[in-house]
Amino acid sequence: MPLLNSLPDYVLTTRTDELINWMRKSSIWYMLFGLACCAIELMHTGGPRADIERFGATPRASARQSDLMIIAGTLTLKMALRTRLLYDQMPDPKYVISMGSCSNCGGLFQLAYSVCDGVDKVIPVDVYVPGCPPRPEALTEGLLKLQEKIMTERWLAATPRAAGEVV
Amino acid sequence: MEPLTIYEQLKARCPESVLETSEKKPDPFAVIDPAALLDVCRYLHDDPELAMDCLSNETGVDFKDRIEIVYHLFSYRHRHGAVLKVKLPRATPRVATVEGIWKSANWMEREIFDLLGVNFEGHSDLRRILMPEDWPGHPLRKDFVEPQEYHGIATVRESPIVRLDEHRKK
Repeated sequence: MPLLNSLPDYVLTTRTDELINWMRKSSIWYMLFGLACCAIELMHTGGPRADIERFGATPRASARQSDLMIIAGTLTLKMALRTRLLYDQMPDPKYVISMGSCSNCGGLFQLAYSVCDGVDKVIPVDVYVPGCPPRPEALTEGLLKLQEKIMTERWLAATPRAAGEVV
Repeated sequence: MEPLTIYEQLKARCPESVLETSEKKPDPFAVIDPAALLDVCRYLHDDPELAMDCLSNETGVDFKDRIEIVYHLFSYRHRHGAVLKVKLPRATPRVATVEGIWKSANWMEREIFDLLGVNFEGHSDLRRILMPEDWPGHPLRKDFVEPQEYHGIATVRESPIVRLDEHRKK
């Protein structure tokens, strides 16, 4: 039988990595993690106007069901320990977006005795979103940058992340 | 009723409890003897002419030589208020709790204990409320020294203004 007639009418070809990454980037579940005023913008981003559910990102109330942690707000030292605990509870592969000046570098409150200046002192960060607070468009851009990063990952080759190591 | 009138009434009733009153100004106050604080507060709360049914704010100030606790009282029935102050020695600050009179004092006294280290005698639940349980010291004391690190997180920061100056010199 000729090959031409044995296939359906339409065929898409892709690579396995691309397919896996396309599926993963289209269902980034982010953990509800509002710490301060950035949380208000985070809620707007999830709301109908900016609507990041278009990109498959939906809020989850548990760290154990989340792929992404959006650090939205001022991180105090007291909360920093809990942030590390919650990050450890998330299943791999996991990502972190640091949203706003406070979680990037401590922001306005970086000289306060109780503030951890920068969430990257506690957990690794994938995307930094600047702003005080960032507009919903900025956070959406951050999510798109994270999707770009996810698309570059390779799973069939022996990369550290594919081998199950924490990177 | 005006605050100064209230203080005069208070002085007439128990002269040894009121140590001093401020001059006439937008928010006049009365300094109360710490030992007589509970009696004064009970009188302000229970007297039908005064009826201070709301403790709107309770806070503490470190003045380096003493610690002052400030009570902002308000009466919803008569729409008047009063400000009481208590001066405590800085080495061993202790005063009776007013939690039994105004329930809202519970968390505010926990905050003062947390940030200034004032011991409220008779408080039902005197724990830290804002800072972590294992935090060293009381941060709003003037001589508070920040720890260099907290559970492995470095807390040493350089001032952003210094950083900006160095950046401009380059």
